[in-house]
Amino acid sequence: MASALINVPPRAKRGEIIEIKTLISHPMETGYRRTQLGALVPRDIIRLFVCTYNGTEVFRAELHPAIAANPFIVFSTVATESGTLAFQWTGDRGFSETESVAITVD
Amino acid sequence: MSRNTSRREFLLTAGGAAAGIGLASVIAVESARATPATMQEAIRKVVGPARVNPGRVKLELPPLVENGNTVPLTVKVESPMTAADHVKALHLFNEKNPQPDVASFRFGPRAGRASVSTRIRLADTQTVIAVCELSDGSFWSASVNVVVTLAACLEDA
Amino acid sequence: MCVVVLAASASAGEIPRAERRSGSDFMSRETRAMQDDDTANPGMLWVLEGESLWNKKTGDAGRACAECHGDARASMKGVAARHPAFDATRGRPVTLEQRVNVCRTERQKAPPLAYESRELLALTAYLARQSRGLPIDVATDQRTQPFLDAGRATFYRRQGQLNLACSQCHDDNWGRQLAGNVVPQAHPTGYPLYRLEWQSLGSLQRRLRNCLIGIRAEPYEYGAAELVDLELFLMWRARGMTFEAPAVRP
Repeated sequence: MASALINVPPRAKRGEIIEIKTLISHPMETGYRRTQLGALVPRDIIRLFVCTYNGTEVFRAELHPAIAANPFIVFSTVATESGTLAFQWTGDRGFSETESVAITVD
Repeated sequence: MSRNTSRREFLLTAGGAAAGIGLASVIAVESARATPATMQEAIRKVVGPARVNPGRVKLELPPLVENGNTVPLTVKVESPMTAADHVKALHLFNEKNPQPDVASFRFGPRAGRASVSTRIRLADTQTVIAVCELSDGSFWSASVNVVVTLAACLEDA
Repeated sequence: MCVVVLAASASAGEIPRAERRSGSDFMSRETRAMQDDDTANPGMLWVLEGESLWNKKTGDAGRACAECHGDARASMKGVAARHPAFDATRGRPVTLEQRVNVCRTERQKAPPLAYESRELLALTAYLARQSRGLPIDVATDQRTQPFLDAGRATFYRRQGQLNLACSQCHDDNWGRQLAGNVVPQAHPTGYPLYRLEWQSLGSLQRRLRNCLIGIRAEPYEYGAAELVDLELFLMWRARGMTFEAPAVRP
């Protein structure tokens, strides 16, 4: 799977509130399902999502199995300066995924 | 059965302030399923002894969902989001999934808007509650009841 | 288990063209919004992977799809909306999935991709995306006629322990409720699609097998002639309708 789909406006005005959409492929296995033979399928979820803006954390989400598969999170941040928005997802079984997107702020 | 029920009734009438009564061990013995009481306990864990006031939070969920696997949700709070007056966190809870917690979102003044959209799983028709924590230490909540239908034809033979 | 309440009237026959509606018309506003926004549609995760597979050298021939076919946005436009299509070598129609595997085995000298594998779904999602907005247009002539007729016979034949024919739900009772869901007309306008019930992208054949299991019939194997012929018939039945892949469905 293309791991993540991120939507950030490439350009914004200083002080403008921008909306960021993130979609990452992950089954978010709850740990409550059973196979046809009755064995419990172990939990395997993304537990944490953090967004940093030029290194400063601007948003954090702590996720539980009740978040749907292929987690979709939309949030806002203020466009303060040009630079890099970095996104990190971490979870069970050492799952760790990072993506970065550049933004130009006039 | 009667011992469990009477504990639950006691907790509900006592206003759900019961984090430390040993309820956790009672629930562990039963099959994993949240209840209105465990949801209240999960909220207490996050909020502590503070009072949770209804209001200020807007929780948007479809009243009837086609599939409980993916339920779109938006939660927001009108707030100036300044350093002096902002939303610190938004927490989501449910009452009938195996676990009461859904997610916690943390904000600061750099958020611009206290608003998050995501997709959640709902195992059954139930109530979803959003609790927000403001920078002044106060807590506010909103709740929505969602009807969840099951797929007519399942894939597993 | 399916619980069905059937109309007392006799079979209504083919849905008149003016009344043909895509499954997306029966969905809630929220599910429709998920499909219409490429930044929110989970199917796009597979489309993006398909794009990178399209450009990746593979097989003993060390060839990428792009080497022969160039930019898929131009060369593959309309292809998914025209499949299943007649394959002269094989003397019968083949699905898009089968067509991809013909290229893989014969041109790229690579092993065929398994049905419902991540890679095959990604490639077909990428290809299907190139037909979005175009009318469904499978060719029918004397070569495809016997297969179309076989597919039609399957559609109208009662099957399974519930002894139901596809037409009884999808021609005669579309728009009515089956348990908590609305019965759609069963036009494959958006495959491969992200089904909320599967929490994953899946092919039309997966959905057909799902329905067969639902009426307690033995589902045909992936790639079986019965499924390919039924796919051909369903695409013919949906002729002229707009292709919307990768769709989202409950």
